[in-house]
Amino acid sequence: MSTTTLERPVRTVAARVERPEPPSALSASLTLGWRSVLKIRRIPEQLFDVTFQPVIFIVMFVYLFGGAVSGSTTEYLQFVLPGILVQTVVMASLYTGISLNTDIGKGIFDRFRSLPIWRPAALLGALLADGIRYVVAAVVCLGVGMAMGFRPDGTVADVVAACLLVLVFAFSLSWIFAFLGLVMRSAGAVQGVSLLAMFPLTFASNVFVDPSTMPGWLRAWVDVNPVSQLVTAVRSLMAGAPDAGAVGWSLIGCAALVAVFAPLTVRAYRRKA
Amino acid sequence: MTTLAIEAHGLVKTFGENRAVDGVDLAVRAGTVYGVLGPNGAGKTTTVRMLTTLLRPDGGSARVLGHDVVDDADQVRRLIGLTGQYASVDEDLTGTENLVLQSRLVGLSRSQSKRRAAELLENFDLTEAANRPVKHFSGGMRRRIDLAASIVVTPDVLFLDEPTTGLDPRSRGQVWDIVRDLVAGGTTVLLTTQYLDEADQLADRIAVIDRGTVIAEGTSADLKASVGRSSLHLRLADETQRDLAERLVAQTLDTTPHRTPEAGVITAPVADPDVVADLMIRLRAEGVGIDEIGVQRPSLDEVFLTLTGHAADDDTERSAA
Ligand SMILES: Nc1ncnc2c1ncn2[C@@H]1O[C@H](COP(=O)(O)OP(=O)(O)O)[C@@H](O)[C@H]1O
Ligand SMILES: [Mg+2]
Repeated sequence: MSTTTLERPVRTVAARVERPEPPSALSASLTLGWRSVLKIRRIPEQLFDVTFQPVIFIVMFVYLFGGAVSGSTTEYLQFVLPGILVQTVVMASLYTGISLNTDIGKGIFDRFRSLPIWRPAALLGALLADGIRYVVAAVVCLGVGMAMGFRPDGTVADVVAACLLVLVFAFSLSWIFAFLGLVMRSAGAVQGVSLLAMFPLTFASNVFVDPSTMPGWLRAWVDVNPVSQLVTAVRSLMAGAPDAGAVGWSLIGCAALVAVFAPLTVRAYRRKA
Repeated sequence: MTTLAIEAHGLVKTFGENRAVDGVDLAVRAGTVYGVLGPNGAGKTTTVRMLTTLLRPDGGSARVLGHDVVDDADQVRRLIGLTGQYASVDEDLTGTENLVLQSRLVGLSRSQSKRRAAELLENFDLTEAANRPVKHFSGGMRRRIDLAASIVVTPDVLFLDEPTTGLDPRSRGQVWDIVRDLVAGGTTVLLTTQYLDEADQLADRIAVIDRGTVIAEGTSADLKASVGRSSLHLRLADETQRDLAERLVAQTLDTTPHRTPEAGVITAPVADPDVVADLMIRLRAEGVGIDEIGVQRPSLDEVFLTLTGHAADDDTERSAA
């Protein structure tokens, strides 16, 4: 037994660890998605916008406008809940750009980019992990709505299909925000520009009111607004009477968003110094 | 023929008007430690980022173990490890999570990754911090987890960008030990540093880089030799006699003395240490009082001063330019 405590020296691994084959594109994306999920667990405040915010919106809009718009709060709830579900998830997709902008400025992206992995894996991983936030948003909206008396006429399968459609749309939309997150200088700038785009998309739509009373110019926009198409599709699904046209247009919109913005985003990511 | 782990020819990178890297040539033999020494803003990070495929050179070319960093970037990424200048692990994740993440990304299986993470934490003396988020780590611990993340699989060539800047002496010593171990295991290391003694201690060869160009290259001994075989260090009892003393030094030793930031201190290269005795006699004859005098091998600080005309930590001239 010794009486003196020697400082423990740092011992490194003399033994060589051979490098295996690099992970597949899917495996790398999922691993990087797992990283984002861990970050959500570590910083749960990231979930405020998909938990408290929709609750406040639902309660506020239903009791504030319910009587005036639909004659009763129950009836308005039936109308507005699918809309608020869409609005919440669409707004949540904005966060992708902000977090990407913050993240990419740190040294860790240099490390990812110096690895022999599929280049867009870090992007796709982040977007996939955001899917969890969208699921949380959908569950919160539906839960609060049902507790307040929302009753979808459609089957469980219809409701699940409606939620999946919203998720797919948010995933497609998040490529725009990811692109902004990559090309803009600061997280604040990303937020500013994204919010600017967000208002006409979500408020100038059929989320809160039936557009039949709107002036012509506004209706023209509301009718082509992809968010309106999505809301119509979600409403129809939840009502158990799917509107094939609206569902189709929503899916075409998703495909178009991904077709345009995924390549732009990946290119911006490759160029990022 | 000796194998080169890294070779660069005329690397150039410009940011707007600023030629951050302006024609850098490097040749690093496999299995050695190569030091890139230069002050802040010299172009060290930019050079490392081009060599590690993160930044596309605007001119010139570079190869890592024979693979072009632009045309064959993916192959280069399979051979290298990188510890960037700024924290390159995720601050929100714990030590274990970071190392498992890194292990999975290089292709180790789930169970191998867990084992490797535990092993590295143990070897880098970080076991107690395994489950703490990295943002709560001390500077030295952070640097160690950074290094650990770069060697989850043994890289053939490891790039370390200022691995010890801002660390306390004990942590610096630990990083040095890790580098020596890795080299003993066959890894080639290119490290950048602002510390002359670090390059002196670790590097087999050193490139001194200033304003984007290599201004000297060689072993530590070569560089010291280029400044004279040895160096005179003279501290005057009375600093007002400095001009007179400098003239006497210049005449007797037949060299140009350097002014140092310290008022009463003169240094000068000495070809033949014997003539220092003559100098002392002349100083006495002219009535110049000596506080301290010595002849020593020149330090890299003096090398830098001689090569660049400004001290390694002298930023004023740069920012004015
Ligand atoms: N991304 C960048 N954009 C513009 N200028 C840059 C960028 N990166 C580095 N520089 C400039 O290039 C020069 C060299 O920088 P750097 O390679 O970081 O030097 P060092 O690592 O030796 O301190 C500096 O003048 C720095 O301001
Ligand atoms: Mg640097």
